[in-house]
Amino acid sequence: MKTQSIMIVGVGGQGTLLASKVLGAAMIAQGYDVKVSEVHGMSQRGGSVVTYVRYGEKVHSPIVDIGQADYLLAFEPLEAARYLPHLSCEGTLVTNTHQTMPMPVITGAMKYPENIVEKLSERAKVIAVDALKIAQQAGSPKAVNTVLLGVLASIMDIPEQVWQDALTQHVPPKFLELNRLAFHLGKTYKEERQ
Amino acid sequence: MKTLMLGNAAVARGLYEAGCRFVSSYPGTPSTEITEQAAGYDEIYCEWAPNEKVALESALGAAIAGARSFCAMKHVGLNVAADPLFTSAYTGVNAALVVAVADDPGMHSSQNEQDSRHYAMAAKLPMLEPSDSEECRDFAVLANELSERFDTPVLLRTATRVAHSQSLLETHERRDVPLKPYEKNPAKYVMSPGNAIPRHADVEKRLAELAAYSETAEINRAELRSREIGFVASGVCYQYVREAFPEASVFKIGMSYPLPIQAIARFAAQVDKLIVVEELDPVFETALRAAGIRVSGGKNLFGLLGELSQSKILQAMGASAPAGKVFGEALPQRPPVMCAGCPHRGLFAVLSRMKLTVLGDIGCYTLGAAKPLAALDTTVCMGASISALHGFTTVRPEEAGKTVAVIGDSTFMHSGITGVVNVAYNKGISTILVLDNAITGMTGHQQNPTTGLTLKNQPTPPIRIEKVLEGIGIRRVRVVDPNDMAALEQALREELAVAEPSVIISRRPCALLKYVKHKPALIVDSARCRGCKQCMRLGCPAIRFEDHKAIIDSTQCVGCGLCAQTCGFGAIGEGKA
Repeated sequence: MKTQSIMIVGVGGQGTLLASKVLGAAMIAQGYDVKVSEVHGMSQRGGSVVTYVRYGEKVHSPIVDIGQADYLLAFEPLEAARYLPHLSCEGTLVTNTHQTMPMPVITGAMKYPENIVEKLSERAKVIAVDALKIAQQAGSPKAVNTVLLGVLASIMDIPEQVWQDALTQHVPPKFLELNRLAFHLGKTYKEERQ
Repeated sequence: MKTLMLGNAAVARGLYEAGCRFVSSYPGTPSTEITEQAAGYDEIYCEWAPNEKVALESALGAAIAGARSFCAMKHVGLNVAADPLFTSAYTGVNAALVVAVADDPGMHSSQNEQDSRHYAMAAKLPMLEPSDSEECRDFAVLANELSERFDTPVLLRTATRVAHSQSLLETHERRDVPLKPYEKNPAKYVMSPGNAIPRHADVEKRLAELAAYSETAEINRAELRSREIGFVASGVCYQYVREAFPEASVFKIGMSYPLPIQAIARFAAQVDKLIVVEELDPVFETALRAAGIRVSGGKNLFGLLGELSQSKILQAMGASAPAGKVFGEALPQRPPVMCAGCPHRGLFAVLSRMKLTVLGDIGCYTLGAAKPLAALDTTVCMGASISALHGFTTVRPEEAGKTVAVIGDSTFMHSGITGVVNVAYNKGISTILVLDNAITGMTGHQQNPTTGLTLKNQPTPPIRIEKVLEGIGIRRVRVVDPNDMAALEQALREELAVAEPSVIISRRPCALLKYVKHKPALIVDSARCRGCKQCMRLGCPAIRFEDHKAIIDSTQCVGCGLCAQTCGFGAIGEGKA
């Protein structure tokens, strides 16, 4: 099997780490070779964060290059736009629609792109979802990560039990029920066409 | 069963399996997790040292005493530890000494992208270079064996993409390695000239033996496939090459120094073109060319800057790489920022408002250079703020009243103290700010000598910065809460006015520490907000501006109150209960 690439992008502190852990565990359970890569340190302080998850028969490079991502999972639409070049021609972008303003926008030095989700949809295969709203329905705004993971799971060919086991493995027991619900709401989410 | 493990965790696992007993390090991205993970093994004594030089000397002492020992640091940390490193090559070890150095090509979290392979050559020490987590573990074990076999410290070099990537490996049991006996041996361990002169000869002899070992070492291997191109690569570059050119032959270097020159020459003779793929400096390329091996491509193709990748290698070789989609608009950057409630924010807002010249240091507070605070004038290396301020104000005494140094608590302990000694001894007039946030912040909350806890979370008497300064003879030392901006500004005005050294300790714990209690989010009374944007000058991620008014994001605000202090119209206050 050709190595598959998932790129998770977001803002430091959004919980991209849990998503990559669950994905990694799911792919190991499927019997794949797996590499997960991210950058720690300076970039964590509210900056743009990127995690690569790659799986297949034998994975060499730990990073996802331009045009290589089969799936781009974006926790924030501006980050989806920033890393859009990494999406392959046939790839799918799953993006949160909830916006988080970066400092240059806060200070007024730059403007946040208008109609960003529409523009993304014109350029790629996009599933856009207000993950914050769904996470709040599930019981906590912090479950945005599992909601998005659920949406991604809905377009991947991985048995439900594998996801459930991976969630059990990486979500603290206290929050498991909440995250199961968030994952389920994400996985069964029907896109409202823009 | 195979486990998905971070490269750094795998190095720690290798130390555990190899029977390592002693670890001393100073945190530095991307090396920090090695020591944090090693601390999870009860069998290994682990500590944070105040700096890399102390860490390496401690590990060397433990190795001489007969325990397998280890020390980890980032690339620039090895500059700090270079003094003991070079001479430890002369003393050799008793039990193993392994020194991990993590490079940061692309400077994800560093102030330069120096190539640590130069250190192996310069210090005449063997260097191993793993390319994934399994090799991180295996090479950590092998480094222990080589260290004892050749009686030398061994360098283990990683880089961000190996240190911070997770891949699969099977763990093994720990080998119990008892303490080796220690015998007094001044000819080996007392490096006075009389002893060091013969030891240098031993070092050269050992290097020749290591070169012979490298020729047959299993970690250096020729993978022969298509003969058209033969790549030479180590570390993550090997992985990039395998992905970009799966059919090509590759000579995989596991031991970066000494290089297996003859083995590579034999490989070169079997391929049409030899291409050297390495990040940063042409270390391998230069060595191969010097040995008379015909190199068809290297730095001329890949350049000297930043990281490589599979696509960069394809493109440099004239092959096509996948193309991506373009969003087609200039996008605002999302730089890292000081967190909401960060104790550094109030301080930098005051420094910025007073238009002071600020000599900076290494830590979260380096973010004080970013707009809108834009308060920093210099950032060089750990400890440089205080020493540079002394030089700056000595040649420009007229600037002393408007120039300060800022340095964090951990960085102060690392190498700030000697700078203060210089100021005190040489009658300097510096005004120094120690930003004491009660933790080592940027590398992810490590304990340090001022926090009262060890790496293994054991209570220990905290070293009091005030007492250190008093001992050095600084008479003017005061403590200010940086969230009281008026008090801080007053303290600065007073200390800058006096012609003697003074230190202001700006003390408030990091807002991310679990024990820090936050206040409720503040709100903006939009009727009173005049849209003057004074609060926006704080660069707080919780404040934004919409429809000519400031708005506070209640999910981010921790009620630190700085914005309320800056507001001239009393528009910001506590929300209704």
